[in-house]
Amino acid sequence: MPYLDHAATTPIHPDALAALTAHLATDATGNPSSLHASGRRARRVVEESRESLAASLGARPSEIVLTGGGTESDNLALKGLYWSLRAQAGPDGPAPRLLVNPTEHHAVLDTAVWLAEHEGARLDWLPVDRLGRVSPEELDAALAAAPDVPTLVSVMWANNEVGTVNPVRELVAAAHRHGALVHSDAVQALGQLPVSFAESGLDAMTVTAHKIGGPVGTGALLLTRELAPVPLLHGGGQERDVRSGTLDTAGAAAFAAAAAAAVRELPEHAARLTALRDELIAAVAKEVPEAVLTGDPGPGPEGRLPGNAHFAFPGCEGDSLLLLLDAQGIECSTGSACTAGIAQPSHVLLAMGYEPEEARGTLRFSLGRTSTSEDVAAVAAAIGPAVERARTAGLSR
Amino acid sequence: MTNFPASASGAAPEGRPLRVLAAMSGGVDSAVAAARAAAAGHDVTGVHLALSANPQSFRSGARGCCTLEDSRDARRAADVIGIPFYVWDLSERFREDVVEDFYAEYAAGRTPNPCLRCNEKIKFSALLDKALALGFDAVATGHYARILDGPGGRELHRAVDPGKDQSYVLGVLTADQLAHAMFPLGDTPKAQVREEAERLDLAVARKPDSHDICFIADGDTQGFLARRLGERPGEIVDADGNRVGEHDGAYGFTVGQRKGLRLGHPAPDGKPRYVLDVSVVDNRVTVGPADGLDIHGLTGIRARWCGTPPEGSGRFHAQLRAHGEPVPVTAEVAGGGTVRVDFDAPVRGIAPGQAVVLYDGTRVVGSATIDATRRAAAVTR
Repeated sequence: MPYLDHAATTPIHPDALAALTAHLATDATGNPSSLHASGRRARRVVEESRESLAASLGARPSEIVLTGGGTESDNLALKGLYWSLRAQAGPDGPAPRLLVNPTEHHAVLDTAVWLAEHEGARLDWLPVDRLGRVSPEELDAALAAAPDVPTLVSVMWANNEVGTVNPVRELVAAAHRHGALVHSDAVQALGQLPVSFAESGLDAMTVTAHKIGGPVGTGALLLTRELAPVPLLHGGGQERDVRSGTLDTAGAAAFAAAAAAAVRELPEHAARLTALRDELIAAVAKEVPEAVLTGDPGPGPEGRLPGNAHFAFPGCEGDSLLLLLDAQGIECSTGSACTAGIAQPSHVLLAMGYEPEEARGTLRFSLGRTSTSEDVAAVAAAIGPAVERARTAGLSR
Repeated sequence: MTNFPASASGAAPEGRPLRVLAAMSGGVDSAVAAARAAAAGHDVTGVHLALSANPQSFRSGARGCCTLEDSRDARRAADVIGIPFYVWDLSERFREDVVEDFYAEYAAGRTPNPCLRCNEKIKFSALLDKALALGFDAVATGHYARILDGPGGRELHRAVDPGKDQSYVLGVLTADQLAHAMFPLGDTPKAQVREEAERLDLAVARKPDSHDICFIADGDTQGFLARRLGERPGEIVDADGNRVGEHDGAYGFTVGQRKGLRLGHPAPDGKPRYVLDVSVVDNRVTVGPADGLDIHGLTGIRARWCGTPPEGSGRFHAQLRAHGEPVPVTAEVAGGGTVRVDFDAPVRGIAPGQAVVLYDGTRVVGSATIDATRRAAAVTR
């Protein structure tokens, strides 16, 4: 069955599965915070995993705060850093500013809106272009407009819907010229692009295991040493006093194994995905000439995630396409957010300047390690009739 | 299972199962209906209709049909049955065709039945049209009614469980709509449906039935109408035109209503008084004793027939409200989608705006919206 929704979650990597099961079997009795032998054994696994993760992510081990996943890491970055900036500014200082890319995942977007609505944050949205990219010049201008306000910038490394890659290093350079902190959600980038925390210059970076072949429920927030975000979870203070909760030994080991494999396999993997993806884009363009490829059409991985193909199909409801392809055994996504399962026009496409009608009829095909040419052929065979039918069904209004 | 489309335009070509879209409200009936359609070998997809743009605004808890909880219950049932499941947003159509119509009918002094309207305009129109366009052959619901093949084509009949029969709210369906409808529960008593849900491990097996109007969250129809239509104080008068009380808006009253009149002092004859007439034009509510409610006949408009309309006048049974007793009548189809109905014996408390559904035995012949009722002498709107 063609599974083309790897951006949602991807099958576990054999290395990660081996690490997970091995450590679940052997280290299950040891709490890494315990001082006895079992605890010490578990602690050693966690710390070796942290070191391995750090090597894979271009970071120092002390910069890795293990969390329960991408959403928690994003929440910790935004809320924790906002609260610490506010504490530094003092009661008489200006309310810190959040400067956020509007095509962020809801884990960032909704957190920023919540901080503005409930915690007095000054929230401004960065402009994005038609491809969904934030430009360093625009960021520079936005920061220059409020020079004396402590600011946290949040711009994702690569977009989960349309796959557009942001110029992270240039954005960081622009932000640091103004003394602003920068967080980036690199959940989609890791495993498809070279990701180095040190080289990026970022202050905080979100990653999660299950998008790169690790288990769901394990992630990390990378944080430079001098930052001390206010914790979201209080308790034992296991992770730098920033994050509490019993450490997940097997999860950390599996995450480290998945990250190591992702980095090791990256060149071959990215090249293979790019070729398959281009095959898929060509097939859709041939079967449905009026389909619009959204995001960056450029050939290289510096513009678009290798595994991402995202289209708008004029006159179609994304949900109808999903249903029709699902009936053919093709599993993909509209790529847009859901409220109670109700399809909404994609906030990403709206931010990129698409009309609401265009933003309703989208499909995201995301490829991964198990994707094959047969999957692409299945899409090529099914997409034409599906679009025709979906167009007959029209936009439900 | 006898009540699936076997012939007619809804049938699948030889050699492939019927593609069935099961409308799943999150309740036990529609879940079992979907399960039965799947067990019968059809290719079933479940769909939950989101009918409010803001799901929280509709009835919460276990009694409604449009909340987040209901959506989750429907999804859970679909997962257990093992069928794909989608949520379709029909909130805009629902607002236009059902909720706005509800306001407009009340504002015009009539008492609408939004469930009929929803079946006519949403489930077997907006939903059915989209389903057919997407390649489905039929829409299945958990309504208690039967579809039988008759000499003139497909017929809609009462359910075998008289206590649960819902053919009344389906009386608006035309033969074309019926051709693509599937009611898998029509031959089963409700108790058995719950047992079947238990057997199938459907978590909704013990979920209470929904009642009332799904888009009025607190069940307070008067308050719901007042928020939209505003207060329009006016007089309550007796049959001779004497002022006996006042009201906040004539639209809030229904013919036959006894409670909530707030008349203050009793009638001279000491008998309870009922709403006999609601005139929105004069913003006047007329009250009187129960015998003033006796209706001998009515005129229905917007008639819809299940198949060929009856010719001339004929003998039928008429049902005048969702759980009303059928009464013997003579009905005659007039021009322009109107139908004249004469009762053998007077009937009490009929409100314009409600539907009259005509039956021949258990078979639904057609329906119309009650436009005017006839008392012994005069016709009253």
